[in-house]
Amino acid sequence: MSSPITAARELFGDEVVTRAISRDVELPYGAGTAVLITLDNGHDHTKPNTFGPSGLLALGEAIDAATARDDIAAIAITGKPFIFAVGADLNGVPRIEDRDQALAIGRLGHDVFRKLGESDIPTFALVNGAAMGGGVELALHCRYRTVSTGVPAFALPEAFLGLVPGWGGTYLLPHLIGAEQALKLIIDNPLAQNRMIKGPKVREMGIADASFEPADFVEESLRWAAKVVKGDIEVRRPEVDRGDAWDRAVDTARFVLEGKLHGAAPAPVRALDLVAAAKNRTRDEGFAAEDEALADLIMSDELKAGLYAFDLNQKRAKRPAGAPDKSLARKVTKVGVVGAGLMAGQLALLFARRLNVPVVMTDLDAERLDKGVGYVHGEIDTLLAKGRVTPDKANRLKGLVTGSLTKEAFADADFVIEAVFEEMKIKQQVFAEVEAYVSAEAVLATNTSSLSVSEMAGGLKHPERVVGFHFFNPVAVLPLLEIIRGEQTDDAALATAFAVSKGLKKTSVLVKDAPAFVVNRLLTLFMGEVLAAVEEGTEPETADRAVAPLGLPMPPLLLLQLVGPAVALHVSETLHAAFPDRFAVSEQHRKLVEAGKTAIYGPDFTIDPEVKALFTGGDRPSEEAAILDRALRALAREIRLMLDEGVVAEAADIDLCLITGAGWPFHLGGITPYLDRTGIAEQVNGSRFHPNGPKAV
Amino acid sequence: MPRTARDVVFVDGARTPFGKSGKGLYAETRADDLVVRVIRELIRRNPGLPPERIDEVAIAATTQIGDQGLTIGRSAALLAGLPRSVPGFAIDRMCAGALTAVTTTAAGISFGAYDVVIAGGVEHMGRHPMGEGVDPNPRFLSEKLVDPEALVMGNTAENLHDRFPSLTKERADAYAVRSQEKTAKAYADGKIQQDLVETLVRSAELGFGLASADEPPRPDTSMATLAGLKTPFRAHGRVTPGNAAGLNDGATGAIMAAEDTAAELGLDARMRLVDFSFAGVEPEVMGVGPVPATERLLARQGMGIDDIGLIEINEAFAVQVLAFLEHFGIADDDSRVNPWGGAIAVGHPLASSGVRLMMQLARQFAERPDVRYGLTTMCVGMGMGGTVLWENVNYKGDK
Repeated sequence: MSSPITAARELFGDEVVTRAISRDVELPYGAGTAVLITLDNGHDHTKPNTFGPSGLLALGEAIDAATARDDIAAIAITGKPFIFAVGADLNGVPRIEDRDQALAIGRLGHDVFRKLGESDIPTFALVNGAAMGGGVELALHCRYRTVSTGVPAFALPEAFLGLVPGWGGTYLLPHLIGAEQALKLIIDNPLAQNRMIKGPKVREMGIADASFEPADFVEESLRWAAKVVKGDIEVRRPEVDRGDAWDRAVDTARFVLEGKLHGAAPAPVRALDLVAAAKNRTRDEGFAAEDEALADLIMSDELKAGLYAFDLNQKRAKRPAGAPDKSLARKVTKVGVVGAGLMAGQLALLFARRLNVPVVMTDLDAERLDKGVGYVHGEIDTLLAKGRVTPDKANRLKGLVTGSLTKEAFADADFVIEAVFEEMKIKQQVFAEVEAYVSAEAVLATNTSSLSVSEMAGGLKHPERVVGFHFFNPVAVLPLLEIIRGEQTDDAALATAFAVSKGLKKTSVLVKDAPAFVVNRLLTLFMGEVLAAVEEGTEPETADRAVAPLGLPMPPLLLLQLVGPAVALHVSETLHAAFPDRFAVSEQHRKLVEAGKTAIYGPDFTIDPEVKALFTGGDRPSEEAAILDRALRALAREIRLMLDEGVVAEAADIDLCLITGAGWPFHLGGITPYLDRTGIAEQVNGSRFHPNGPKAV
Repeated sequence: MPRTARDVVFVDGARTPFGKSGKGLYAETRADDLVVRVIRELIRRNPGLPPERIDEVAIAATTQIGDQGLTIGRSAALLAGLPRSVPGFAIDRMCAGALTAVTTTAAGISFGAYDVVIAGGVEHMGRHPMGEGVDPNPRFLSEKLVDPEALVMGNTAENLHDRFPSLTKERADAYAVRSQEKTAKAYADGKIQQDLVETLVRSAELGFGLASADEPPRPDTSMATLAGLKTPFRAHGRVTPGNAAGLNDGATGAIMAAEDTAAELGLDARMRLVDFSFAGVEPEVMGVGPVPATERLLARQGMGIDDIGLIEINEAFAVQVLAFLEHFGIADDDSRVNPWGGAIAVGHPLASSGVRLMMQLARQFAERPDVRYGLTTMCVGMGMGGTVLWENVNYKGDK
């Protein structure tokens, strides 16, 4: 045992060790004895098998013991019930102090796994359940693989977090199924919200040599293995094209990657480089290159940010900071939605689908109401046509969503949300009308994006029941829900709001009643800096490109188009009114709205000439780097102010909001870890957001 | 329209290897998973049978709670991936559960209500010890309906020794030794393995493993080793763990079909069901049950015991087999009886055993075209016996 490994083991002192338990099994058909290794960390499926240093060493010992025998016909590895293995133990990774330790971890994985690929005894991976990262790589090292058709998740998510599949993945997978297919798993899926594939697809892609149903997967896999051992089954795999096709696949991926990330995140590029070079490398060279890549990336800021973001999603999102005790929540058995517009329809559908309670929409206009309810029913039909719901479920959902011309229909509703025009007087009036019918305890929620929740509650008999419930468009896609506590909101109403949010499967963050809350405030500020640069004379294309190095999901002007210039202007004006020193309103933006333009980019992804004409003037054009800098400095200053104002509990909540409400990337950790590591936070505020490194909880 | 009874055939059987209860093979394996493995194996071995043609799945279990509850015939069918259109039910006649699953569904086939069924049984006596959750009616005691001792099967075996003094412990032990020897030989000849389906076993400590053979057999059993065993049911008694079946876990299943349907689907009919009979006896001597059940059956068919060429009798206790043999004047070591040994060696997971008898009889029929008729018979707790008469479809002799 080398000393860096010993050091690494100490860093993983709390490792939940995955045991590798060997047991002899008699293969059918007289094929001889096999050693069946079960990976099991001793917990149920909610705590999946992972590999830390101790687990890897244990697996290595089990493999050594098996390969030392001369009386066995095969070695097979499977997981515990429902789980194969989900990769490296990430808990110790942030504690790795130097590159030697990181390198040692990479090498240890290779040293152990490659025994399976280089043994004279045939080795079989029986992928019985979820397999990710190092779990997938373990399987790739084996000579043969079977997969259960019940496997719910199979993925190489490393690039999503800020790593590469560096325990053999970038070398073995393209040599198994070709570079094009391999890159889908190594690059495309991780960058598509960490998409996973299922068991049948694993077989279809040629990653597994055979698949069997879950009911008796291991038994049938062992029968198959026995036939392979006896030579009754010859495993044929399509020849991998190691010529131009390999290079073309890499080139295509590189083009897409550049377009998406602009070099912002090193891991996917590094993974791609490894796949590209794997074509002409030996195993030793390929594995050594992976070790180096892992060592570099484990020490990288992007990985630290990625792991922090992962924890935000996995841990902080599940226990919202500041939420009252959930026992205070009231039961919600019927929901009211005021309004029948597009947003109201999206909300009605979401409430019905997730809560399975009656949802009644109201509007004063019969035609609008019919249209609104009709929209929801149409969406349900679409779900039915796609096979996402059964006919019975579709009938149930349609039965749940109804319309009413009067708010009397809310009389027995426990939760009423308004999605009417964004104007204080209208919303106040709506709540007053609703209050005339509902019980004193019914929660009144507003989907306002920028109005004061406290003010909205002001004239009510029971202002303590009002909460802000701010969704992000598209409601079905973006997980974030900002839950706003007004000045008079009581714990019961707030607890009910959090309980409903959980039922809706949303990620909720508690936000103080402050102008535009979190995401809109920061996005408006950020976009405002870009628009200001344009107004000052920068070409809009240049300004839009300026923030590309961050690798955001879309350029600011495209985001402006998606949000809608008019809506964005409204938020901008609200913020300007609240904080005139920091939030300007672009005159060009105003003209854009006055001109009735809804799109900035044309269908050919160039800026609409009419828009471009509006975006002219100014005599102080900026360089891209300067625009990026001012935008980031503005963010750093504003986030500090928001934290001082108590808009959210901690910087981690800001990051969680940006990741889940605006799709900001993991490699930035939302934004505050990035502002820290670039020194911007310190320059602007005199201190870092996370003096001791980012912590999600 | 006049109703015509149809001939019913035994098509195929399969079972898990039997395990020892407690710390044995299946200590951490669910009972329903055992049934599922058997059902899937039957489907796999008979590709001519479209699963949607299965009209019923009847699975017996004595203790129908937990993983043996939830209407196990139906739940196992769903878990096995049979089409949802295939119904199922749970059935119980203690030790004769699977045997009753076969006779009940076979009657349905003969009646014309079914074409093809799966019938079998399961007992995980480790997870569900005998008597788990039972609540005997106090009237049994107050009105002396049943001696409470009769609820413990070992006591009923001791009672049999009392009733038939000629059935000595030595004879019982000698029978047990032969059962072990015959099973060992059948294993060596690869007979028993034909109907086994290797089954995944789970152990948190040992990892996954594969049950490939029965766990209970003790091929090194001798009169000397048996002589020293304790008699747990009675001080200085005669019934020992060596001359009785153990506490076991396992599952069995069989495909039964109307003979015409089997022909239509190209299924291999291996034996024809001729008749069956159940009879009650005093619960205190439940082991004698096979005697009246068989007598009744033979009388109805106008047959004598000499017409029977092979007998598969369940060996809950050696003494209970001896009582049957003595009654019919058959020698203790008659070669017609349990040629491959019996439950004393391979084990007796209560409700599953009846179908094991059948699958072995079917295999023996194939080897013995000179034999026309065979019996499967077993004693049943609470004082019953059940016997099924089968005809060898391979019979080549005079009709």
